[in-house]
Amino acid sequence: MSGTQAKEPKGVRLDHISKIYKNPKTGQDFYAVHDVELDIEPGSFVTLLGPSGCGKTTTLRMIAGFESPDEGEIYLGGEPINELTPNKRDTAMVFQSYALFPHYNVFDNVAYGLKLRGMSKTVIKEKVTNILKLVELSDMEQRMTNQLSGGQQQRVALARALVVEPGVLLFDEPLSNLDAKLRVQMRTEIRRIQQTLGITAIYVTHDQSEAMAISDNIILMKGGVIAQMGSPTEIYYHPNSEFVADFIGECNFLPCTVTGREGEDVVAEVYGRPVKVRSENDRTGGGKEIVLRPEAIEIADQGQLPCKVELSCFMGSYQNYHVRVGDTLIKIADNCPIGKKTFQVGDDAFISFRSECAHLLET
Amino acid sequence: MARAQSASLDRKKLFADPVMVTTIVVLIAFLTLFILYPLAILLVDSIYSPEGGLTLRFFQESFSKYTFIRAITNTLKVGFLVGILSALVGLLFAYVEVYVKVRTRFMSGLFKVVSMLPVVSPPFVLSLSMIMLFGKAGIITRHMLGIYDNNVYGFWGIAIVQTMTFFPVCYMMFRGLLKNIDPSMEEAARDMGASRFKVFTSVTLPLLLPGIGNAFLVTFIESIADFANPMIIGGSYDTLATTIYLQITGAYDKNGACAMAVVLLGITMIMFLVQKFYLERKTAATLTGKASRARMLIEDKSVTVPLTVFCSAIALFVVLMYVCVPFGALFRTWGRDFTLTTRWFEQVFTRYKGFKAFQDSFLLSLIAAPITALLSMIISYLVVKRKFKTKGFIEVVSMLAMAVPGTVLGIGYIRGFAGGVFHSGFLQGIYGTGVILVIVFVVRSLPTGTRSGISALRQIDKSIEESAYDMGAGSLKVFTSVTLPLIKDSFLSGLVTAFVRSITAISAIILLVTPSYLLITVQINEFAEKGSYGIACAFATILIIITYGSVLLMNFIIKHFGTSRKVKEVE
Repeated sequence: MSGTQAKEPKGVRLDHISKIYKNPKTGQDFYAVHDVELDIEPGSFVTLLGPSGCGKTTTLRMIAGFESPDEGEIYLGGEPINELTPNKRDTAMVFQSYALFPHYNVFDNVAYGLKLRGMSKTVIKEKVTNILKLVELSDMEQRMTNQLSGGQQQRVALARALVVEPGVLLFDEPLSNLDAKLRVQMRTEIRRIQQTLGITAIYVTHDQSEAMAISDNIILMKGGVIAQMGSPTEIYYHPNSEFVADFIGECNFLPCTVTGREGEDVVAEVYGRPVKVRSENDRTGGGKEIVLRPEAIEIADQGQLPCKVELSCFMGSYQNYHVRVGDTLIKIADNCPIGKKTFQVGDDAFISFRSECAHLLET
Repeated sequence: MARAQSASLDRKKLFADPVMVTTIVVLIAFLTLFILYPLAILLVDSIYSPEGGLTLRFFQESFSKYTFIRAITNTLKVGFLVGILSALVGLLFAYVEVYVKVRTRFMSGLFKVVSMLPVVSPPFVLSLSMIMLFGKAGIITRHMLGIYDNNVYGFWGIAIVQTMTFFPVCYMMFRGLLKNIDPSMEEAARDMGASRFKVFTSVTLPLLLPGIGNAFLVTFIESIADFANPMIIGGSYDTLATTIYLQITGAYDKNGACAMAVVLLGITMIMFLVQKFYLERKTAATLTGKASRARMLIEDKSVTVPLTVFCSAIALFVVLMYVCVPFGALFRTWGRDFTLTTRWFEQVFTRYKGFKAFQDSFLLSLIAAPITALLSMIISYLVVKRKFKTKGFIEVVSMLAMAVPGTVLGIGYIRGFAGGVFHSGFLQGIYGTGVILVIVFVVRSLPTGTRSGISALRQIDKSIEESAYDMGAGSLKVFTSVTLPLIKDSFLSGLVTAFVRSITAISAIILLVTPSYLLITVQINEFAEKGSYGIACAFATILIIITYGSVLLMNFIIKHFGTSRKVKEVE
């Protein structure tokens, strides 16, 4: 695909980046982003994930150059870029509000960055045509932006950013204004295009399922600092804190005490009964808890821990149970429930799980 | 915790942008020299005398005069009433235009013409026709009603004339704001069960609140700064502006005039700060970068009928007042001899150098208008969209000019530039020339333009410009390719407003103009004061034609080449 082939993607490195803001109410300075250290591989798709106010958008805007860091240096393709203005940085951003130019049609919107680069009309025409084909808007060139649906506007914004072949593509919650179904469709689309072009992408979202679906790596932020980073699987199955575990997907926490080791597993005691958890950490003593995903738990007449059913609800793809183990509430997603025994509210049952599905956290 | 690094980076980024830096430096120099400096000189003159050093004597003298105290209370009374009335009437007109389905083309045409007429005319035209209609020899009072001793001079005369003059400014402001309100917000309220009235009070009105404050402020300050109307229709009802003018032209009391000017400035400044403080908290962006839909117009008769009737009544009244002016120029002697004649028009050109007057006024205003429009858009852009250290200064000073009455500015310029800057002779050369008149035109129209530019820009999602910037456009390119086209309407109307304001300006100009320049407004004022209504009306008629023509031209351009054209095509 000539014309849309991105040039060499660039890596991004944040070297101990901090940003300080003044709280308008108290007048006191606080860290919006604190000591963020990050190395993003060229061509990878990285998501900054976290609740609102966690510093993810500020981080993105520092990379784009709209905000200046108070500590640390940002590198793009190995070059320090702290002192560069946004227009001199090899980045292109897709905004939450799309930020399309209302006085231009689709073609002119997409061509904007190319015209700035002084390209000839024929080259611009070719590149715009190609990129519009890529985002599947080929027949919409002459439309004004207010004649487009939300999803189409989103594609124009994406095309406009892609067409300048930036070293890194920045997304600021680009799908938050779309409806759920379109959101799912567009995120697949974004991922497909990013992989086709092999471009580096940094993506900000507060939607954990979006982050999981789209990213090579997730950086989970909280209160301006990185809570955990890693691949979606790592973060999902090996959260390093209750916050991470809880933010990504649904999670159960079972309090336990470690009593010993058995091969790869540690043995822990839950409400007086021994269970096995896959962990390297077998330090005894101290508060610990077992992290369990709802779909990793089995419910049956026999098992590891006795429980009492408090909620039983058919969800289609799974049977949703809330059960009480000791005084802890445990949520269970029993997949493909057809043909299995269905427990009713008030029933006594047992839960069990494989040791590699469980994860140990210090509390 | 130190924010030193980001501050230094922001500075470096700024200096990497020579266009921005130059613009900022030039702006600061201009604002300091032509707004701050003359006012500072006034303050110095009012508390310093070459013989006695620092002194409060001039204030004590002023405040011990009964006439001065009365002028203050007179001015405030008129200002409040006119501010409230103008905002109300302006809002009503704007609401009817934007929200109500007006049945006939005639009606909507009438609204537009009427609302525009007072904007395009010199303020004292209404005073003239007020006297000609309702005065002792007035057509309505004397010839139709048989009242021989009606007194139009004084409080109500000024208040009515000023309201008629200033409400269209409010109307224009409200129209801009109302059009920018996303209809779906109101539809949402309506949908949730709110009545039409409830929607207005719970959605439209709160969104408009900063705008209403704005309108009141603008009118209030315009009213108490107004010089021409009180001069002609005030009679013995003196206001601050006229008292100050007489103090310097009649009594030659420079320090006394400075002290009074400082008092007037103080009042407008306080109002300005109150408003500014209030506005800052209330401003909300009501429009995002996303495309919006058209509004469903109100067709309900219980709403449309009273609103249109009320507006039409006011409209007809204003039309009547304006029709009076050309007729005043066509009758031999108003109130006595109603034979038609062209002698007044002839005399304007043969005896009273009419052609030179129009040439001078036209040329100077034509130079001032584009400078003003561009300057105010640049200032608005910097204030709304950019971050830099001296931004606060630029914003405050350019807005401050709004709170400076023309008379005060005029005296400041006399004191500040007659002997050059700080009596050093620097820039003395511009005093008494067309340059200083153009500068005064610019300074006088800058705040209005900046205000409308700022409110237009605040409605535009910041990320639209950010995305252009991010894509590689420099400041100049962002401004010319994105900002300016998006506020093209606002720019064009700023251009015409600046032109019209300049060609109809009087208060500061009357103090600064020298015999080498003949300005139409000064001529009208002169003849009106002498009681030569025929000549005054002839001058005024031609001036109205020029200004009305330029507004029509602007509307034509906006309609065919404005921002909304493409959006309209879609609908």
